[in-house]
Amino acid sequence: MKAALAFLHKQAPGFLFEPNTGLIAAVLALLALVPLYAAVAGDPFALTLFTRIVIMALAAVSLNLIMGYGGMVSFGHAAYLGIGGYAVGILWKEGLGSGFLQWPVAIGASALFALVVGALSLRTRGVYFIMITLAFAQMVYYVAQGLDRYGGDDGLTIGNRSTFHGLVNLNDNTLFYYLCLVLLLASVYLVSRLVNSRFGLAIQGARSNERRMRAVGFPTFRYKLVSFVIAGALCGLAGALLANQTNFISPALMFWTRSGDLMVMVILGGLGSLFGPVIGTVTYLLLEEALSRVTEYSGLIIGPALLLVAIYLRGGIEGVFRKAAP
Amino acid sequence: MTGWLLQTEHLTKRFGGVTAADDINLELPRGEFHAVIGPNGAGKSTLIGLLAGEIAAEAGAIRFDGNDMTRLRADRRSRLGLARSFQITSLFAEFSALDNVALAVQAHAGHSFRFWKDARRDRTLREPARAALAGVGLEARADTRVDRLSHGEQRQLEIAIAIATGPRLLLLDEPMAGLGPEESARMQDMLRRLKSGMTILLVEHDMETVFALADRVTVLVYGRVIASGEPAAIRADPAVREAYLGEQEARGHG
Repeated sequence: MKAALAFLHKQAPGFLFEPNTGLIAAVLALLALVPLYAAVAGDPFALTLFTRIVIMALAAVSLNLIMGYGGMVSFGHAAYLGIGGYAVGILWKEGLGSGFLQWPVAIGASALFALVVGALSLRTRGVYFIMITLAFAQMVYYVAQGLDRYGGDDGLTIGNRSTFHGLVNLNDNTLFYYLCLVLLLASVYLVSRLVNSRFGLAIQGARSNERRMRAVGFPTFRYKLVSFVIAGALCGLAGALLANQTNFISPALMFWTRSGDLMVMVILGGLGSLFGPVIGTVTYLLLEEALSRVTEYSGLIIGPALLLVAIYLRGGIEGVFRKAAP
Repeated sequence: MTGWLLQTEHLTKRFGGVTAADDINLELPRGEFHAVIGPNGAGKSTLIGLLAGEIAAEAGAIRFDGNDMTRLRADRRSRLGLARSFQITSLFAEFSALDNVALAVQAHAGHSFRFWKDARRDRTLREPARAALAGVGLEARADTRVDRLSHGEQRQLEIAIAIATGPRLLLLDEPMAGLGPEESARMQDMLRRLKSGMTILLVEHDMETVFALADRVTVLVYGRVIASGEPAAIRADPAVREAYLGEQEARGHG
């Protein structure tokens, strides 16, 4: 992990100006054409699958901000998926179905939780940081299990997707898919601005050499904490989307393996590259889907594949194409 | 208001049974080039760490420009005007040389909660950074990634980063470490140029540099100051000769 973090990107180049324009354009074209394919081929499951992929990619993009650029290996990122999802579910259950309320609450609650987790965990480093973020996520998991009114261990079926008072109708699956895609691209753009700003250079400097950052006069803690909160808020949005897509929330949303999946998606795609997490998520979830159709033991194939990526492809998939580019 | 820029009073730090800084009293007037020498393990790096704020003092006080800063964190001390270089090169390896210096400028250009504009196109950061690079003769390497610079260039960059924070006091921790004769000579020239207009505390093994540049020299042995004074007096001090210089000379001729 340390080596993978140390490797990283050259400098994060601007949005869409990465050397890998070809690969990125191909992935974007694929994502843009999914609804068309689903309609023509009469395969609505493709749309469902890719909606999930796009939402998880948004979560991976948020994790990449702190893990790839900030060097903070958070092993509890799924907690924000859960908090965002439960915000939507709980409010619906209490008769508050408006997205104008649900989504800001999902984002705000996640940001607040990130503030608490970050304020404590960012005082530690290495394995301790990983363990504390994991512990917090598991804590939320068990709290959700105890929420009997909201389904406890079994989860809660949400009767309606968030309403936006006629502005958009999320029950239209194609429209919902494109909304998720737009939010994903917006979040990639947001991260591209962030990481190249003064703030972004401050957190990247802290990843690179925190001792030196302090010596030249940066109070690094506060910048890392704010990036942690931004990442949490963004992932909370992904959680709200996920709850809307499945019309269902359960503690499983934030089980620790889900946090692991997110880390894998980021590392697979290319830590600290803008589109890496998107590419990684598409690859990982498609691979998982394809293998699960062939064998019960998809982990037996995915596991070693990841090992090879970790050993031989430190820059992830995005890094391979970057090197192959002339 | 005293005339001293830096004062330490009874500064003490123990690591387990080892006293790395033992009741150290230092006084640096503005504009002085002060060298600290001593054999390996004398506590020179501990002293730099104490002054820079990376190591917490156990007892005693550090005053900077008349204000007590014994309990201040490293980043606060930097913003008050205290800069340091590292004995073991400590840079932002995957960034360009110019990025490295620009970060140091940025640290002193207000807060960094600026989320939108491209900091690499910010002339208020890039131009002072370029000037600091030029000051150490690295302007031609501005866009080179730091991990592709030679060791000598990295040592120069260390100094450029420290200067770019616009310090009033510069702590230099063995800037000659690992340099060849030619690079050492260049570094010595650079330190000589820095000497006018800045207060400098230099920790160094290279005696030639120390005696060529320093206004005053302090000798540390086992964390204790055994002598402090002008270079000629230090050279003649029998206790110093025995504890340090003699030993080195003996080794040099043996």
